[in-house]
Amino acid sequence: MEAFVRHSGLVYPLNRANIDTDQIIPKQFLKRIERKGFWKFLFYNWRYDDDGNLRDDFSLNYPEYQGASVLVAGENFGCGSSREHAPWAIQDYGFRVVIAPSFADIFYSNCFKNGILPVQLKRDEVSQIMDRAGGGECYLSVDLVDQIVFDRTGWSATFEIDEYHKNMLLNGWDEISVTLTYDDAISAFENQQN
Amino acid sequence: MSQPETIIEKIWKKHVVHQEEGKPDLLYIDLHLVHEVTSPQAFEGLRMNSRKVRRPDLTFATMDHNVPTIHRNVIKDAISKKQMETLEENCEEFGVSLADIHHPDQGIVHIIGPELGLTQPGKTIVCGDSHTSTHGAFGAIAFGIGTSEVEHVLSTQTLWQAPPKTMQVKVNGKLGTGVTAKDLILAIIAKFGVRFGSGYIMEYTGEAIRDMSMEERMTVCNMSIEAGARAGLISPDEKTVQFVEGRRHAPKGEEFEKAEKEWLALATDEGAVYDSTVEINADEIEPQVSWGTNPSQCVPVSASVPDPEKVTDDEDGVRRALEYMGLEPNQPIESIELQHVFIGSCTNARLADLRKAARMIEGRKVHEGIRAMVVPGSFAVKQEAETEGLDRIFMEAGFEWRSAGCSMCLGMNDDIVPPGEHCASTSNRNFEGRQGNGARTHLVSPEMAAVAAVEGHFVDVRKYTSAAERVI
Repeated sequence: MEAFVRHSGLVYPLNRANIDTDQIIPKQFLKRIERKGFWKFLFYNWRYDDDGNLRDDFSLNYPEYQGASVLVAGENFGCGSSREHAPWAIQDYGFRVVIAPSFADIFYSNCFKNGILPVQLKRDEVSQIMDRAGGGECYLSVDLVDQIVFDRTGWSATFEIDEYHKNMLLNGWDEISVTLTYDDAISAFENQQN
Repeated sequence: MSQPETIIEKIWKKHVVHQEEGKPDLLYIDLHLVHEVTSPQAFEGLRMNSRKVRRPDLTFATMDHNVPTIHRNVIKDAISKKQMETLEENCEEFGVSLADIHHPDQGIVHIIGPELGLTQPGKTIVCGDSHTSTHGAFGAIAFGIGTSEVEHVLSTQTLWQAPPKTMQVKVNGKLGTGVTAKDLILAIIAKFGVRFGSGYIMEYTGEAIRDMSMEERMTVCNMSIEAGARAGLISPDEKTVQFVEGRRHAPKGEEFEKAEKEWLALATDEGAVYDSTVEINADEIEPQVSWGTNPSQCVPVSASVPDPEKVTDDEDGVRRALEYMGLEPNQPIESIELQHVFIGSCTNARLADLRKAARMIEGRKVHEGIRAMVVPGSFAVKQEAETEGLDRIFMEAGFEWRSAGCSMCLGMNDDIVPPGEHCASTSNRNFEGRQGNGARTHLVSPEMAAVAAVEGHFVDVRKYTSAAERVI
């Protein structure tokens, strides 16, 4: 997995609460057996019209948000289905960071397996970013080591993250390889169960 | 005496393989259920790293999400077909048991687990599907995982999991006649919201829960995820034990007697402390209908659609939901005209659900202009229903009678609601586009769906209950 230490990029604000994984990637695209190539289907029903053309009235398609790599959304982002196709689509589109006041549990843990940093900020901090990014170009930097989001104007906000996930991302570890070093403990547990 | 504990703490403690400062617990997984949609990339990961499935004997696969429910010998959708073939190949290569589309054990993964006796009290159960919480009805810790975690469990039979916070959802009193387990869980989510369970494992307690059958308990636990909780469970009792006894994978003879004692001892101790408790009074709950685009957006059938001008929270969200649903503020729920009725899904497609729905429509006809469909939750449910003659009752009323699968709950196969049309659905999610692009879903109980099919719009099932009783 690609490591995540710090990242700076253009912000895309999507000011809606309870964005579920059915919206992030609709079910018709879950039939593929690959991990890659999902960027086209991100927010599909919002992004495209019935004929498959990009909609002018959905903000992700606005010229000012092209190249965005920091997604900012409302409460409970990623709720619903456990589909990992959601973070795959987000990552494949080019986002490295998702900022929200709260995340659904399964989506949150899925992010860490895919080199995406989910950042939980306070409601008013997210609103401040929404306001500024909604008005046009807004760049943010995110430093995982110091657990801080900041910009060039001096605005900043700190965030919490547990040590385990932090180390996993900082080092780009493959979790299975780490767990396999506990093979003896797992075998001992199994023997004791029997 | 030792400190009183919740069932959640008891099961958790028994499954910790390794514990260390600064890390989540390494938790052992007793049962891993697999389906075609969230597993191909996981098996591919194993192959790329020359890894094996550690415990094929604790892993069980089926096909449910995109199987056709009609004309099953010819799968027209080439990508769906490929995904199902890939599961077959993977199961063969890695030695995993599979109930494929033609197998008599096939069905929705959360319906066949309990049916086969794979689901048992005290187990840790995972599946790459958020409705894995269903199995919590048996007093198991059961939760949905992503595909990377599926790969992790296949390879190590464990997951790194932070110990959960515990929440008691206490249901006081009794549900009224005609008010179901589905109405209860919808009312809980309407009252407390779609994320009140986030970070918790919930235990449902109280008189109304104890009164429920195992099927009803599964309906309640199934929708824990719609409240934000990864898992919801119910302490085992005699009903739990009776349900499991005699099933194919259940312990037998002396083993069963021993297991029974262990299972009953899992129940939360008197005086155990939860991190949080919420309460609801069952006798105040009416049959529910969802009007919006998340499961908390539901009201009693006698009520009206809310007015965005008068709500205190998420006014924009309410406005957007009404626009998507094509509903007017203050419109009575009973005035919503329907074009589709779907009875099915891991929430409400067990035999007991079909029996209850059949009772409501026996001798009646589906309203003109309504397409109504019953999709049994498993091959076994379908067969038992046919033995009882439920299929004839549904078909004589004008319902389509299908084969088992997830079907119109998420429309990954051909069972789709067209744009702009309204569907009374016994499933679990009313998200935008869930049942088809532009589809307008209303979540209800099987009984409410059945009477809506007859009337062409929502009606209070309690007005029908007595009529049906007169017929019988």
